[in-house]
Amino acid sequence: MSERKLRDLIAEVKRGCVSRRRFIQTMVGLGLTAPLASQMLTYSGVAQAQPKSTYKPTKRGGGGALKCLWWQGATLLNPHFAVGTKDQEGSRIFYEPLAGWDHEGNLVPMLAAEAPSLQNGGLSRDGLSVTWKLKKNVQWHDGKPFTADDVVFNWEYAADPATASVWIGSYKDVKAEKLDSHTVKVTFPKPTPYWADAFVGTRGMIIPKHLFEAYKGGKSRDAPANLKPVGTGPYKFTDFKPGDMVRGEINTAYHEPNRPYFDSIEMKGGGDAVSAARAVLQTGEFDYAWNIQVEDEILLRMEKGGKGRAEITPGGNIEHMQLNSTDPWTEVDGERASVKTKHPILSDTAVRRALGMLVDRASVQEHIYGRTGVATANFLNNPERFRSKNTKWEFNVDKAAQTLEAAGWKRGPDGIRVKDGKKLKFVFQTSINAPRQKTQAIVKQACQKAGIDLELKAVTSAVFFSSDVANPDTYPKFYCDLQMYTTTMTQPDPELFMDQFCSWQASTKENKWQGRNITRWKSDDYDKAYRAAEGELDPVKRAALFIRMNELAVEDQAVIPVVYRPRVAAISSKLQAPLSGWDNDFWNLRDWYRDA
Amino acid sequence: MSRYLLRRLLIAIPSLLGISVVLFTVLALAPGDPFEELATNPNVPAEVRANLRVKFGLDDPVAVRYVRWFSAMMQGDWGFSFASRIDVDTLILQRLPVTLFVIGSSQLLALLIALPVGVYAATRPYSLFDQIANTLAFIGFSLPTFFTGILFILFFSIYLDWLPFVYRADISATGWRWYWEHLRQAIMPIAVLGLFQGASWTRYVRSAVLDVIRLDYVTTARAKGLGERVVVVKHVVRNALIPVVTLVALQMPAIFGGAIVTEQIFRVPGIGSLLISAILANDTPVIMAVTFVFSCLVILCNLLADMLYGWLDPRISYR
Repeated sequence: MSERKLRDLIAEVKRGCVSRRRFIQTMVGLGLTAPLASQMLTYSGVAQAQPKSTYKPTKRGGGGALKCLWWQGATLLNPHFAVGTKDQEGSRIFYEPLAGWDHEGNLVPMLAAEAPSLQNGGLSRDGLSVTWKLKKNVQWHDGKPFTADDVVFNWEYAADPATASVWIGSYKDVKAEKLDSHTVKVTFPKPTPYWADAFVGTRGMIIPKHLFEAYKGGKSRDAPANLKPVGTGPYKFTDFKPGDMVRGEINTAYHEPNRPYFDSIEMKGGGDAVSAARAVLQTGEFDYAWNIQVEDEILLRMEKGGKGRAEITPGGNIEHMQLNSTDPWTEVDGERASVKTKHPILSDTAVRRALGMLVDRASVQEHIYGRTGVATANFLNNPERFRSKNTKWEFNVDKAAQTLEAAGWKRGPDGIRVKDGKKLKFVFQTSINAPRQKTQAIVKQACQKAGIDLELKAVTSAVFFSSDVANPDTYPKFYCDLQMYTTTMTQPDPELFMDQFCSWQASTKENKWQGRNITRWKSDDYDKAYRAAEGELDPVKRAALFIRMNELAVEDQAVIPVVYRPRVAAISSKLQAPLSGWDNDFWNLRDWYRDA
Repeated sequence: MSRYLLRRLLIAIPSLLGISVVLFTVLALAPGDPFEELATNPNVPAEVRANLRVKFGLDDPVAVRYVRWFSAMMQGDWGFSFASRIDVDTLILQRLPVTLFVIGSSQLLALLIALPVGVYAATRPYSLFDQIANTLAFIGFSLPTFFTGILFILFFSIYLDWLPFVYRADISATGWRWYWEHLRQAIMPIAVLGLFQGASWTRYVRSAVLDVIRLDYVTTARAKGLGERVVVVKHVVRNALIPVVTLVALQMPAIFGGAIVTEQIFRVPGIGSLLISAILANDTPVIMAVTFVFSCLVILCNLLADMLYGWLDPRISYR
């Protein structure tokens, strides 16, 4: 979709011909994130729909205990050290950011009085600053007032490299200053199209200045409040056992009326996903279970009991196959798959295209993942209704065979195609995980019919996903022809996500295989588009560039997207929990309640 | 006696030292990095990870790290967990009571089953009771705990809906309800561990008693006109128990190992589940501390077995 078409579409939203929701869904279909699409609208002057809360209870408390099950227990409760989802969720019970992301990518104010926009003067036209108005009369759990000082302190705390905050990337280049007791201005060093980063969502949880001030920098580990959080959230801290249990009780002074509904909350950790799903769907011992990575068939059987349901939330995770652009079998300067080489067979476009036609995504979805994996052609998520017209997928063994035939790959006596003495033979690796091995088998079968020999390889997850420099079987090394895994998009802005096709990000020995471009795919057009997007202030132009990048990578078959994997949670049938694929599960814990 | 004890304790020191060296080296050589998640997360700049590694001294040579760990350990500082940044001894102390309760009760249950059943079966070999006990014992120790655990959950929790299968260390109830809730949630893990252990011990008790019961002094005791009860309890069981005691004491640490799986299945927040999550997170200080505690237990249990010998058999003396 070109920039002009985008602008036309936005104009239609402005006139009311196209609904805001429809626009965002279309953008998501084109491979953008919902928060980015929503920001595009805000920037173009389309007022943000006041996201309606569906919260019904008319008084605070009285809901009893809310029991949540995480099959990985929270290990720490300081949001600035929370690299794992479990820790972020544990912290989110007590801490709140200025604003969170809802499932449609709307910015929902939490500690902010309103979401900044051009209309209310929160955003500057030049993209160099954003001004946050803070909510008044917000109290920390210990009774102290929440002010702009706390927000500015969080910036100082996170930006200090000695603190070792995991969100330093969002804070180190910006500057936060206090305008008055409840106004904070964030300034950027260069025009920043994606401004809702610092102080927003997971990376934006605000910790109190008065308890952490003495523990900034090198002493960050010693803060007693690391283990006994004092936040502004709907629940107050009562007890924490790392890796096992986080407990909280109702905050009767919470700054939203009639909230929260539950008198206490507990987040129990440990065990495995299947039994976590059982505890919610079959026995009803728990109300909520996070990230239920269970085969859909089993989930459906568990849901029959009627005690709960599996809730599927679209996010940005994609199970995809990568095609190695370099030669993994020749060693150059002490590394295999060096960027100096070219893959002897996969560099043939016909072979790449044929492989793309040999992945039976429909069967993978139908027989393996069900609701938890939706067939897709885009590298970024893609609900079926809004599939991009430019990227299509098809499963066609005959056509694949024809393509190979036309490119000169003739069948040998053993049925495997040969050209110039090179056999069409690949090694295809993935991690050990039942659905992945089944997918491998489906692909192998189709390839065999078309005359391609696949050797399947399964590596134990602990090794495959490690960044161990000494091990040849890790995914960043990619000492293989093909590999498959799920890449997760945790950040709402796609800029970081899309750098995995930039040539300078190639994973090499030189950068200890820390580069994000695992396939070592290289395209000058892509690089140019990415560089342009980095400095592009106009969100519409920027979005068009991202859409183009997605198409470039998928059309050249740098990767073959297989299924898009939404987040799955198990929820007891009466619990109402607004979830979002762009923020933590607990992003809107204040609105959770149980139907009478 | 006390000199013997002192000598044994002194001998234990070099073995513990050796164990700690081996553990530390193996962990240092093993692949993995406690800040793995930071490396794979594109939001986090590489400097954060590098900073943390320097701060926690992970880039130093293994020998230097070992000496640092050892000297800190000598001063009672067990280090802190990389994952939760909490002192390791606090973490272990938090988990210890639950493990001791679950393991202790299961051992008690195992002994309560093994001793009477084993002795009774041995006094009436090849009777119907003996046959049944034998069969059940075979079944019991052939089924691994992870299998029986899941079987129990499926039957008692999901099919019958009687018992909860998620173990919660802190239950917000008071008085009798508190005990009742604790009992309800502990029944399954204790039964799984206890029955498995009890089954194998039954076989040992039976064969030990069978060995003794045929000896001449037992016949003499019977000839003296002593009652069957006295013969069995005072003369037979006491002597038969000697090999059993060794076995029980030596298997103690292995049970902690077996409890790791059971703890994972029932989500018991014990030391075993701490070890598993620490291993998965490459949290070296915690792995070190927990495995070190386990090795201390092995050595202590060995010592305990030797001390019990003397009490059971006065002919054994300590020099």
